[in-house]
Amino acid sequence: MRHVLTIAWKDLRSELRTKESINAAAAFSMVILVLFSFVLDISGDAREFGGGLLWLVFAFAGALVLNRSFAREQSNDCLDALVASPLPGWALFLGKALANFALLAVVELIALPVFGILFNADWLRFPGWIALTCALATWGMTVIGTMFSALTVNLRLRELMLPVLVYPMLIPVLMAAMQLTSALLSGTGITGDDWVWVKLLIGFDIIFTSLSLALIDVILVN
Amino acid sequence: MSGAALDVRAVWKYFGDFPALRAVTLGVAPGECLAMLGRNGAGKTTLLKILAGLSTVSQGSVSVFGSEGHSSGARRKTGVLGHGIGIYDELSARENLELFGTLYGVANPGQTALDWLERVGLNHVAHARAREFSRGMRQRLAVARAFLHAPDLLLLDEPFTALDDRSIALLQRLLAERLAAGATVVMSTHQLREAMELATHWALLVRGKLVHKGERTPEILADPAWVYRNYGEDS
Amino acid sequence: MKTKILMAMALFSGLYLVRNLYVILLQLPDEAAQGAIYRIMYFHVPGWITSFSAYFLAAVASIYYLVKRDSRADEFAVALTEVGTIFTMLGLGTGMVWARIIWGVWWVWDPRLTWAFICFLIYAGYLLLRKTIDEPGQRARIAAVVSLFAFVSVVITYKSIDWWRTQHPGAVLSFRTGGEQRMDPAMEHMLFQNWFALTAFAGVIMMLRLGQERMQRELDALRRYTHNL
Repeated sequence: MRHVLTIAWKDLRSELRTKESINAAAAFSMVILVLFSFVLDISGDAREFGGGLLWLVFAFAGALVLNRSFAREQSNDCLDALVASPLPGWALFLGKALANFALLAVVELIALPVFGILFNADWLRFPGWIALTCALATWGMTVIGTMFSALTVNLRLRELMLPVLVYPMLIPVLMAAMQLTSALLSGTGITGDDWVWVKLLIGFDIIFTSLSLALIDVILVN
Repeated sequence: MSGAALDVRAVWKYFGDFPALRAVTLGVAPGECLAMLGRNGAGKTTLLKILAGLSTVSQGSVSVFGSEGHSSGARRKTGVLGHGIGIYDELSARENLELFGTLYGVANPGQTALDWLERVGLNHVAHARAREFSRGMRQRLAVARAFLHAPDLLLLDEPFTALDDRSIALLQRLLAERLAAGATVVMSTHQLREAMELATHWALLVRGKLVHKGERTPEILADPAWVYRNYGEDS
Repeated sequence: MKTKILMAMALFSGLYLVRNLYVILLQLPDEAAQGAIYRIMYFHVPGWITSFSAYFLAAVASIYYLVKRDSRADEFAVALTEVGTIFTMLGLGTGMVWARIIWGVWWVWDPRLTWAFICFLIYAGYLLLRKTIDEPGQRARIAAVVSLFAFVSVVITYKSIDWWRTQHPGAVLSFRTGGEQRMDPAMEHMLFQNWFALTAFAGVIMMLRLGQERMQRELDALRRYTHNL
C-alpha cells in the first residue's frame, strides 16, 4: 500500500511540476464547451443536454491526461526500471490510477463552474449526488484509461488505437453518468428509474478494477 | 546447482515463431562477474530482460538466488541498468534516487539518496531536475539508481556503451566494489577491454544459443578480440 | 481426413439451413401480431446467440492463452472473434430490417440496441488492434486482455433486456423465462433447430478461418526465418 502512494505521489509531483497535461486538458475542456455552444440551441437552459455535454467534455479532456499516464514512463525506459524493482504490478497500476483520478478531478472542478456559468446550469443543487456520480464515473474512466494506456504503451500506432479502443469501452460509464447528471441538473434528482445507472456505475467500477488488477502483470511483463 | 546466484535452465524464448533464445542453460555462482558477448540480435538483451523479470520465458526456468521466477525478495537484491537510464526527467536527482530507494526498501531513502549523489558527484545539483542535466550527469545518476540498494546481483545491458570517461571509471569502481563485497554481476557488452578487466568469466551467445561459458583467462585479457576470432561467426 | 470432416460438416449445415428455410418460409404459419416478417426471428435470435457464444469461447481461449501462453489458443481467439463479429453484423442487420417493418424505423436508441452496437464497436476495435501489432507474442497477449475486457459488454448486452425497460422485446425463449412458455412451442422448436444449423455453419467458417490463420502464421515465421539467413 505504501508503494501505491509512492507511485501516485511520484506521478502527481512530476505532473504538477510541469502541469503539461492538466493545463492542456483544462484548456481543451473550455474549447469543447465553446464548440458545443454553437452546435446546441441554447436558450439559457442546460437541463436537457447538460449531462451529456458535461461528460463528453470530461471524456475528451480526460483522455489527454490518461494517455500521458504510461507514455510518461516511456521516455527513459522508466517503466522497465519500475517493473524490475520489487514494486508489484497491481501497486504500480493503483498508484497511477490514483494519480490520474486526482488529475481528472482537478480538471472536472475547473470545468464544472465554467459549464455552470456558460450554460446557466445549477450543478450544485444536489452536491452530494453530483460528487458521488463524478467520483464513480471518474474512477471508471480512470481504470479503463490507465489500463489501456498501459496496454498500448509500446504500440506503433498507439495514438490511433487508443481512442478506437477506449471510447467504446467507456460508453457504459459515460452513458450512466450522463443520465444521472441530467437527472440532477433538471432538478428531479435520483428517482426509481435512475438506480439502474447507479448500480451500473458501481458494477462497472468493481468489475473493471478487478479485471485490471488481475491482468496488469500480463501487460507489464512481456 | 544449489547456492547459485543465477540458474538458467533450458530457456527458450520465442517472438512469435522466431526463437530468440534456444535452450540456454547457464549457471552463475555468487561472486562471479560474467561478461556476455555476442553480436547484435544474438539474444543478450533478451536474456538479461528475462533475468531481470521484465520478460517471461517461453520454456525452461530461471531462478534467482534459489527462488523460482521473480519473487519480490529476489528483485530487492537485484540492480538493473538497461538501455534506457530509467530516470524521471521532471523529478530532481534526489527525488529520483529517493523514489527507487523507497521501492527497493532501503532503510533511509532520503539519506541514502544524498550519500549516493555525493558518491557520483552530483551533490551540488541534488535539487535540480534531471531534465537539465548533461548526458554524463544523467548516466551517473542512472548508475547511482542501479547501485543504491547495494544489490547482490547486478544485471547490466551494455553498460559501457555511450558512457563518457568519468562515468566509465565510476562504473568500474562501483562494480569492483560490489564484486569485492561478494555480489554477482552479469553484463552484456561490446566493449571487450572494459568488460574483460572486471570479468571473472565470459560467455558467448550466437543466434540465441549459448556456445561458450568459461573462465576469463589472462590470454583473453591480453587480446580480447581472440574471442571473436575463435567463436565469432558460424556462417 | 480433417478436410473431409470439415466438408461433411459444411454440407450438413448447408443442407440443414436449406431445409430449415423451407420449413420456415413455406410450412410455418404467419405470426398473429406481426404477420410474415416475424420469420426473420429465426435468423435474428440464433444469429445473436451464435455470435455471443463465439465471443464467449474467444474469451475462454484468451484466458487459456494467458495461462498457458499457447499460440494455438490465440489462433482460436482470433478466428472465433471474427466469426462472432460477422454474426454480430448479421444480428444488427436482421434487427434493423425487422425494426423497419414493425417499428417503422431502422434504428432506435433503445438500451438493448445501443449495447449491441457498443459490442460491435468494441470487437471491431479488437480486430483493428490485432492488425496494428506485428510481434505475434505481444499481439496475442494484448489481444487476450482486450478480449476479456470486451466480453463484459457482451454480458451487459445479454442482460440489458432484464435491467432496462426496452422497446426491444424481453426474454421469450423458455430457458431464459424459467420454463414459462411465451412462444408457440412449434416456433420455438424451429428456432432451436435453426440455432443448431447456424452454429454448425459458424463452426465451419471458424475452422476455415483457423486454417487460414495457421497458414498465415507459418508464412510469417518462414519469412522471418529467411530474413535471418
